[in-house]
Amino acid sequence: MWQHLFWIFAHPWVYIIVLPAMGMVSDALPVFCRQPLVGYTLVVIATITTMILGFGVWVHHMFATGIPFMSLSFFSGASFIITIPSAVSVFAWILTIWYGKPVVKVPFLYFASFIVMFTIGGVSGVMTASVPADFQLHGTYFVVAHIHYVLIGINLFGVLGALYFWFPKMSGRMMSERLGTWAFAFIFGGFNLAFLPMHWTGLMGMPRRVYTYPEGAGWGWVNMTTTVGSFLLAFGILLVLVNVWHGLRRGKPAGDNPWDAPTLEWAVSSPPPPYNFATAPVLASRHPLWEDRLPEGSGRSSLHHGPLLDDGKEAMLTTVLDAEPDLVVKMPDDTLWPFLTTVAMTVFFGALLLHLWTWAAAGLGAILLCMLGWLWPRDDLAQTSKEAHHG
Amino acid sequence: MRRTIRHIPLLGTALAPAAAQAQGENRPMWYLETFGSPGNEITPILWGLLWLAIGVVVIIAALVLAGVFLKTQRGVDMRRDQEAVSPPHDHSALRWMYGGLFATLAALSVFVVWTMMTMADIRQPDGEAPITIAITGHQWWWQVTYLSEDESRIFETANEIHVPVGVPVKFRLTSADVIHSFWVPAIASKTDLIPGQENTAWFRADTPGVYRGQCAEYCGKQHANMALRVVAESPEDFDAWWDMQLEPVEMPETEVAKMGMELFRLNCAACHNIRGAMAGGEMGPDLSHLMERTTLASGMLPNTPGHLSGWIANPDVIKPGTLMPRTDLSGPELDAIRAFLLTLDQGA
Ligand code: HEC
Ligand SMILES: [Cu+2]
Repeated sequence: MWQHLFWIFAHPWVYIIVLPAMGMVSDALPVFCRQPLVGYTLVVIATITTMILGFGVWVHHMFATGIPFMSLSFFSGASFIITIPSAVSVFAWILTIWYGKPVVKVPFLYFASFIVMFTIGGVSGVMTASVPADFQLHGTYFVVAHIHYVLIGINLFGVLGALYFWFPKMSGRMMSERLGTWAFAFIFGGFNLAFLPMHWTGLMGMPRRVYTYPEGAGWGWVNMTTTVGSFLLAFGILLVLVNVWHGLRRGKPAGDNPWDAPTLEWAVSSPPPPYNFATAPVLASRHPLWEDRLPEGSGRSSLHHGPLLDDGKEAMLTTVLDAEPDLVVKMPDDTLWPFLTTVAMTVFFGALLLHLWTWAAAGLGAILLCMLGWLWPRDDLAQTSKEAHHG
Repeated sequence: MRRTIRHIPLLGTALAPAAAQAQGENRPMWYLETFGSPGNEITPILWGLLWLAIGVVVIIAALVLAGVFLKTQRGVDMRRDQEAVSPPHDHSALRWMYGGLFATLAALSVFVVWTMMTMADIRQPDGEAPITIAITGHQWWWQVTYLSEDESRIFETANEIHVPVGVPVKFRLTSADVIHSFWVPAIASKTDLIPGQENTAWFRADTPGVYRGQCAEYCGKQHANMALRVVAESPEDFDAWWDMQLEPVEMPETEVAKMGMELFRLNCAACHNIRGAMAGGEMGPDLSHLMERTTLASGMLPNTPGHLSGWIANPDVIKPGTLMPRTDLSGPELDAIRAFLLTLDQGA
């Protein structure tokens, strides 16, 4: 039971970690390929599908717990299917490279190797998705290798690439390409030296979480490789930190758009002013800064003329699918209600776990009250009918 | 696709001689070459998946590398050479995408079907399983009970399981404390031992030999030292072993051993049972035929008189955290207990 609870949470959690990194790659890789992402719509659909399916595969961590045959088959099937949307993203990235004219910079190194890391983490996942195979692989170092490819390969590589990519925007300075290339070499080499052989450790039957093992097990040399690799990896990370520090102090000024990237954030100065844009820009395409060069969409984005939002806290409300400006809404000020709601929720769930039914009921009541307080229409936000007429 | 599949077991067997030789020596936990069912049914799909995985990674890596090397523009200043941006060719690119997805889907379908077939295959042993063994996981040892219709043939032992070759054996698995997992890689896959729940498993050893098993679910400090041994022997040897286990322990003859037995009754029997000599507790492994086992403390030490003294004098030094306490006995007293334990051999 606890195991179900844990994995029902922890599996989607893994996707929550990797999906943003995938998004960063989908966003930034095309910049270095000098052309928009291939199959953008498909990639978006794939991302959403992944998240939905991600809630339906948690049992694949528990194949060995004596769950009935039918539900094993179901979860195994679901775990196989979840590879399809990931395959969409992988193909989209590769095709973007092939159809573009890549320029090799440090972020690009990370993104390109990310694709391969992603694939390794993916296929080892497929292997464990197969119930009979998992009966053997489960609980071994194979799974440890898998999770490192997912968390480091898929998250860290994407995020580091993104760091190099957006650093100039955040700080106004460039990071050193030379140091960055060295750091990449150490991270890439160290990571793979550490974790690629670890698959083999698992296939040789080394169980997880053992602090010792018989000498005769034959695991010694692979574990040694892993140790060496992890030190190289750590050194690489250290170089990245040095790189950031050096960039902050000595980096060359970046200018507004050092990568000639197409998206909105590159239209403002680096680092961006606190208000981002003086007027809300109106967009005509996904690549406002490449519009002159791409036969895309109709019309031109206007970045310098747009509605002015200067009456207190206001935000633009747009239509859901096409983001046409629709209404101006007032944003609420800081309030205590969300905090009180969380407190009430803590009481509620805590009481449930401790079987304190009266407390649970009280907690539930408190949650409803807080929500009510939070959502109560307010005059000053023009949410009541009286104000709406005046507004 | 079909052709690849037929090749995979071949690739597997190409490595077999090395693995067979290594079993029990270099790679006790190796499971890509197995010596019984359901391992035998699982190995082909495992190899299949492994080759699929390697193949996919190689192809993708090659595509990325080739793309990068063939298409890279050198010496571009991204800030200045702005005309380098090219419009998307989604029309032709997407055709590749659909092709790739189709290949992925095809490969996956093959493996889904294969998975289901293997699962159906390993669900039940083919034929009757005449022997049932109950295993209860403890921190950090295995309690083993051989069940039988005939109550007088039921007996208990620990950490070492004997099974007849070629006969399916059923297991009833549960735990006395936390979750453990029963795993003998070279013969069978894992099944968890969960407190308050009875899981079942089965296996059939096909080749005589000794196979290492190990707990595969983290269960506390000494999880790493929670191993077990499976001795697969001919049905005749197995029956003889069972009969021997049923024999009552012989009363010690020498003076020292008699004294040792008394001391054992006082200091150890609260946790350890010795059939026929004294009724003992269930907190620790049954020691009725201790000398017949090859290891001590769940596979940590070879069962020699020297290690035995060390263990009973101070178990915590050998297996830090073990639930067997250290007893404050004098040297001669320990020697006496050891002398008694050493009589617990093959029965007659
Ligand atoms: C509090 C209960 C307890 C007492 C008292 C106790 N033991 Fe143990 N004993 C255990 C437990 C638990 C184990 C299993 C330890 C492990 O493998 O982690 C064990 C293991 C052993 C083993 C190894 C068995 C095997 O097959 O691996 C021997 C031998 C042994 N005890 C002898 C003794 C002797 C002799 C005494 C008295 C001096 C004694 N024990 C007192 C709990 C106890
Ligand atoms: Cu364990």
